[in-house]
Amino acid sequence: MKNIMKLWFCLLAIVLSSTLVEAGENMRKISVLYLRIAAPERPVLSNLDPTPDNLGRAGAELAVADNNTTGGFMGYQFAMELIDLDEGNLAGARDALHASDAPFVLLDMSAEQMLTLVDESEARLFFNVRSYDDRLRGADCRASLLHTLPSYAMRADALMQFVLKKRWDKLALVSGNTVEDGKFADALHNASRKFGLSFGKEEPWVLDGDLRRQAAAEVPLLTQKLGDYDVLFVADEQNDFARYLAYNTWLPRPILGGDGLRATGWSHVNEQWGAAQLQSRFYDLAGRNMQDIDYAAWAALRAVDEAYLRTNFANLDAIRSYLLDGIELAGFKGRPLSFRSWNGQMRQPVGLTHASALVAMAPLEGFLHARNELDSLGADAPESQCKAFGE
Amino acid sequence: MKLNTCLAALIALMPAAALSDEIWVSNEKSDTISVIDVDTLEVVKEYEVGERPRGILFSSDFRYLYICASDSDAVQVLDVEAGKIIHDLPSGEDPEQFALHPNGKLLYIANEDDAVTTVVDTETHHVIAQINVGVEPEGMAVSPDGKTTITTSETTNMAHWIDTETNTIYANTLVDARPRHAEFTTDGSKLWVSSEIGGTVAIFNTSDQSQIAKIAFEITGVHPDKVQPVGVELNADNSLAYVALGPSNHVAVVDTATYEVLDYVLVGRRVWHMAFSPDGTKLFTTNGVSGDVSVIDLATNKAIKSIKVGRFPWGAVARPTN
Repeated sequence: MKNIMKLWFCLLAIVLSSTLVEAGENMRKISVLYLRIAAPERPVLSNLDPTPDNLGRAGAELAVADNNTTGGFMGYQFAMELIDLDEGNLAGARDALHASDAPFVLLDMSAEQMLTLVDESEARLFFNVRSYDDRLRGADCRASLLHTLPSYAMRADALMQFVLKKRWDKLALVSGNTVEDGKFADALHNASRKFGLSFGKEEPWVLDGDLRRQAAAEVPLLTQKLGDYDVLFVADEQNDFARYLAYNTWLPRPILGGDGLRATGWSHVNEQWGAAQLQSRFYDLAGRNMQDIDYAAWAALRAVDEAYLRTNFANLDAIRSYLLDGIELAGFKGRPLSFRSWNGQMRQPVGLTHASALVAMAPLEGFLHARNELDSLGADAPESQCKAFGE
Repeated sequence: MKLNTCLAALIALMPAAALSDEIWVSNEKSDTISVIDVDTLEVVKEYEVGERPRGILFSSDFRYLYICASDSDAVQVLDVEAGKIIHDLPSGEDPEQFALHPNGKLLYIANEDDAVTTVVDTETHHVIAQINVGVEPEGMAVSPDGKTTITTSETTNMAHWIDTETNTIYANTLVDARPRHAEFTTDGSKLWVSSEIGGTVAIFNTSDQSQIAKIAFEITGVHPDKVQPVGVELNADNSLAYVALGPSNHVAVVDTATYEVLDYVLVGRRVWHMAFSPDGTKLFTTNGVSGDVSVIDLATNKAIKSIKVGRFPWGAVARPTN
């Protein structure tokens, strides 16, 4: 008898699952293309933090899973195609874009590559999930390119609000040699001016020996040249040498920027505002911690889902309008996320974290803004050089 | 001296009927339950319970306290008389909030990490059903007639309407971002749902799930982003609703006839949930960040005392003793 019952249950399960498949075929499909061109390999001193192969992509996959849970109740399904190309293979990206009819495209590539692809295509909405470059939000902005990763300026402003609040106002800087290091150093200079601070002495990073062995000998000499200061900023986007500065400086001073206190769109140490659930969902899916590029990809597809639902599956133009004016996305950072209508940048808190805890979530209390306190981070409407959005 | 001793002896001999009503509070980060005496406004007892206790509620006879011990993946049952945990109920992973069916037998539990609602029989200790719901289910409510259970899911931004006969979802309604709490009116005709990130509370007609009203909040001097509705409680005659507004550190008082906000009461930091004193004259709020409970005098709408409890107080529930 028991076995017969079991058999019945099996049959029932088969019938149920086949009706689910049928329902699946009737579902509205939302296509997404994730286009990645590998970044140039750059050797760094330490082997401790290799870049995960699925950086960014894993965030998009989690968002698709999250969205499809909602879609299961509302009759739609996100389908994501992933194209992963070698460094410099812009032609491959172009072909993939032509072959796809996805209205939403996540771009995981350099700023130059993004601009080329965006300028060649029409009637799509692109999301920048890799580049912090301010020019993509400024003079080189594009009306169909939105940014869910914070800009260099937003990250630098967050750090500057912090030191201002702490009254640690004597600033020193060590800058690395890469283009990205230079851009972050520029953003730090701009941020210091914006908040009425200025850098004292600065040093370029010139040592090229193996710091893992020499840090204790070399770093005191380098930092001695900086004179007296309250905090040492480091522009080192790959955390190549910055990790060897802590506890080796001539003066006992905190380090900010490349290591020490870092400003990011996301860090695995975020646990407030419900973030613990997002972290554990991500860890279950990817087997590693969520990073800021993962978060940017997740936020982009969550925003698309939210816009679809709230506009009742409107067309692409209406989706874009809703994203730029109206969305309030829950993003586990304590405030609703939205997009700046003047340059397509996602408004978001920027976390200031060290290796094991969140120290503060910028904007910090007291940094007011007429429209939205989140706009105290990064280029604000009056100073924006972006013209493509034509308000 | 002698008189004092006599008095003490007399007090000790007084019958149990003279006991005060109590407010029980779960402390998320100290793994304890604090018990507050409603008359003296002091903490009179503290119980050690499982990991990360959040949602708490009493059995209908107030003999047992059910505790969502989120990180222990269990619903614990505390015998009030004995003052100790007597057993765990299966709960599914990461139970956060739950609701008791009016039959006093079935618990409906939101499993935050698993996107399911688990139905547990408190008598047989068996799981009756698991229902797939949206991502991060949290708010739970059972209608007074016992026919409908609500689960709200935080990332899917929906209230799911579950038929308790069949344990299937019969309707889904979209709400603003990150719904946290659901509450039926006493007559079951309306459902209140708070949205933390959306900053609103929506009221639905339960007969057809249509939205009747949506309330927004505005507190002078507080940025709208920080006004994050979480707990919702309706007073005994349902004339007033109290909405805990999270990191804005205020509780809103809402007229349920006009849906107008009548007042904002300043309480401790990051206010989560609330419980009325059994006589209806006071409201106790759990303040997660300041680690205390504010007591609001409902005649004047002023906080009259803050009571230190454990770390991260979260849930609150009243226990009448008479």
